[in-house]
Amino acid sequence: MEKRVTFSRSTIGILFAVPQLLLIFTFFYWPAGQAVYWSLTLQQPWGGGNIWVGLDNFRSILSNADYWHSISASLVFAAISTGLAMVIALVLAALTDRQLAGSRLYRVVLIWPYGIAAPALAMAFRFILAPEAGFMAVVNRFWPGLWDPGLDGVAAMASIIVAFSWKYVGYNFIFFLAAFQAIPRSLIEAAAMDGAGVVRRFRDIQFPLITPTIFFLLVINITESFQDSFGIVDIMTAGGPANATNLMVYKIYSDGFKGFDYSGAAAQSIILMLLIIVLTIFQFRFIERRVHYR
Amino acid sequence: MSIIKNGLAALAAGAISVSAVLPASAAPAKFDFWFGLSGDLARVVDTMCKNFNESQKDYEVVCTSQGNYDATLQNTIAAFRAGKQPTVVQVYDVGTATMMLSGAYKPADKLMEENGYKVDYKDYFPGIARYYATSKGEMLSFPFNSSTALMYWNKDAFAKTGKTEAPKTWEDVGADLKALKEAGYECPMAINISANESWQLMEQFSAIHNQPIATKNNGYDGLDARLEVNKTKFVQYVTDLKKWYDEGFIKIKSKDLGQDMVQAFASGTCQLILTSVGDHGTVGRTQKEGMKWDVAELPAYAGTERKNSLVGGASLWVLSGKSEAEYKGAAAFLNFIHDPKTALFWSTNTGYIPVTKSGFDFMKANNFYDKAPYKGREVAIESLTASEPTEITRGIRLGNFTQIRAEFGTQMQAIFANKVSVQEGLDTLVKNGDAILERFQQTYPGKTLP
Repeated sequence: MEKRVTFSRSTIGILFAVPQLLLIFTFFYWPAGQAVYWSLTLQQPWGGGNIWVGLDNFRSILSNADYWHSISASLVFAAISTGLAMVIALVLAALTDRQLAGSRLYRVVLIWPYGIAAPALAMAFRFILAPEAGFMAVVNRFWPGLWDPGLDGVAAMASIIVAFSWKYVGYNFIFFLAAFQAIPRSLIEAAAMDGAGVVRRFRDIQFPLITPTIFFLLVINITESFQDSFGIVDIMTAGGPANATNLMVYKIYSDGFKGFDYSGAAAQSIILMLLIIVLTIFQFRFIERRVHYR
Repeated sequence: MSIIKNGLAALAAGAISVSAVLPASAAPAKFDFWFGLSGDLARVVDTMCKNFNESQKDYEVVCTSQGNYDATLQNTIAAFRAGKQPTVVQVYDVGTATMMLSGAYKPADKLMEENGYKVDYKDYFPGIARYYATSKGEMLSFPFNSSTALMYWNKDAFAKTGKTEAPKTWEDVGADLKALKEAGYECPMAINISANESWQLMEQFSAIHNQPIATKNNGYDGLDARLEVNKTKFVQYVTDLKKWYDEGFIKIKSKDLGQDMVQAFASGTCQLILTSVGDHGTVGRTQKEGMKWDVAELPAYAGTERKNSLVGGASLWVLSGKSEAEYKGAAAFLNFIHDPKTALFWSTNTGYIPVTKSGFDFMKANNFYDKAPYKGREVAIESLTASEPTEITRGIRLGNFTQIRAEFGTQMQAIFANKVSVQEGLDTLVKNGDAILERFQQTYPGKTLP
C-alpha cells in the first residue's frame, strides 16, 4: 500500500491560501473593482451621491486631445528612459564583471541610486539642471537660452528622463551583474584561449546567456516608467511646461486629487492598466521568443 | 479558564469606568482644526491655538497642519468619506464653490447664532465677506487669512531713470521697463507663468478692470457659467506681457529655474514684481542690505475706472456630523479668531491683512502701519476697498477652479514659448476650462449654489 503525505480535502488547501487571497483581494481586487465602478459613474467628491453614466467618462477622455498627448508623452518617456537605463547599466555591469581596477567599489556605489526616494532624487536633479544656478548654467553661458526647461518642453522631458534613468541604472545594474557572474568562467576562458577578444566574447557568449535577465528588466523598466515616474514629475516639472511632461500617471493624480474629478481619474487609471497589460502581453508574445532560458 | 474570563471582564469594566470618569472630571472638550499653512506660518497658527487653549478652560483645540491648501482639502474629503473629519478646516479661496455644494458643512453664521455669539458681519471688509458669502449674503465660512496682490518696486532702480513714484498705469509700466532696460538693468520685471500666477495676472487684473472671468457674474448666479477671458481686456494684457517678454523687459523667474520672483526682487536682480502682500515680510527679511523698495496697488490701463482687487487666502469652514460639545468649542474658537486683538497678533506675525474694519482700526490705533517693517501693508486694504464690490468683483465662484488655474499655466507657457498666438492660447484656455466647468455641473445635477 502506497503511503503519501497528501491533503485529503481540497478545503485544507484553500484554507492555507486564504490569508494570501485575502491580502490580494483587499489591496488589489477590491480597489481595482472600486476604480472600475467609479469610472462608470460620476462621483461627487464629498460622497454625496453618484450617477451612472456608463462609458461617458471613457468617451470624454478619449476624445480629449490633451489625453492623447499625455499617452504619447508617456510612451516617449518609457522608451527613452528604459533604453538609457538598460544600456548604461549593461555597459557598467559588463565592465565591473571584468574585474577592472576598482570594480569592487563600483559594485557597491552603483547600486545606491536605486535606494534614493524619487522625490528626493528629483529635488537633487532640479538643482543640478537649473538653468540659472545649476551645472547647466555653464551651458547657458556659452549658448544663452539653449537650456530652458521652464519653457522648452523638450528640455523638460530630457530632465525627467535623465533623473528617472539615473535611478534605474542602479536597479538594472544589480540584475545585470548577477547575471554576468552566473555565467561559468570556464566558458569565457575557453573563448579567450580560442582567441576571442572582449567584444567578441560579450557578443557571442555573455549577451546570449543573459537574455532572460534583459527580458525581465525590459518588462519591469517599462512598467515602472509608467508608474514610478510620478514623484520625479511632481517635483521637477509638475507636468509643464505646456503639458510637455504631463505623463499619464501624473495626469491621473492632478485630475483626481487636485481637480476632484474622481471618476475621470478612475477611468484614466483603467486605461493605464489596460495599456500596461497590453504592452506586457506584447513583450511576452513577441520578444520572449528570442529569449533562451538555460 | 474562568479566572482568565473574570479577569478580562474586570479589566474591561475598569477601562469603561475609567473612560467614563475622565470626561466628567472637567477635562476640556477637544476638537480638531486642520489647516494648510506650513513653515513659519504654521508656527504662528500653533501659537494662536495655544493662546486660545490658555484663554479659557472649557475647550481644547488640536491644530494640525496638512502641509498645503490642496492637501488639506484632499485629506478633509478623504476623512469626511470615512466619517473622521475635523470640526474646523481651513479651505482656500477657490475651494469655496466646491465646499458650498459639498453638503458637508454647518453654516458659520448659524453655528454662532446657536451658541449665542453675536457677530457683526457688516464689520468684515465687503470685498472679503462677499467672496465667501452666499448670493444672499449669508456667511457660510469665516474669513481667516486674507491677502491681495500688490506691485513691489525697487526705488533705487526707478530713481536711476528719474522716477520717484510707482507707475499707475500699464502704459507707464511699459515706458518704465524700457527706461530701466536702457539704464542697464538686465531684468526690469519678473513674472512667473504657472498655475499659481493665475491669481495676480488673470483674477486680480480682471477685478481691477471690472472685467468678467466667466459669465453669470463669475459663476455666482449658476453652475452653467462659462469662461470668457478670451474676449476681455485680459487679451490686451497678455499681449503686452508677451511683447515685453520678447523685448527682454520681462524675465521669467520660478523656483524650478533656480530663483523665484520674490527672491529675484529681494536680491535686487529684478526691479518690479506682482505678488501677494503676504510676501511683504519675506522681502523685508531677505532683501539686499540697504535696498530701498516699496509697494503700490496693481496698475490699471489708462482710462479704467478702478475697482476693488480680490481677496486671496482662505476661510474657516465648520464641517457637519460633529457632536454638540465640539460645535460649542468651534464657536468659541471662531469667536476668538474674530477678536481684533487676535487680528493684530495674526497680522504682526504674518503678512496677512486684518479681515474686519474693527481689526484694521485697532491696528491703526496701535500705530502698526507706521513702524518700519509693516509700513506699506495698508496699501493692500486700500486696494481691496478701492470700490464697493460690483457683481463681478465680488469674487470667483467656479467649480474645480484649481484645474482652471492649471489650464491657465499650461496655456500661458504655450504662449510664451511661441507655440501658439495669444488669442489661440486664450481660446484654448476657455475651451478646456469650459469642459472642466461642464463636468462639475454634471457631477451636481439639479443643484444650485446657495
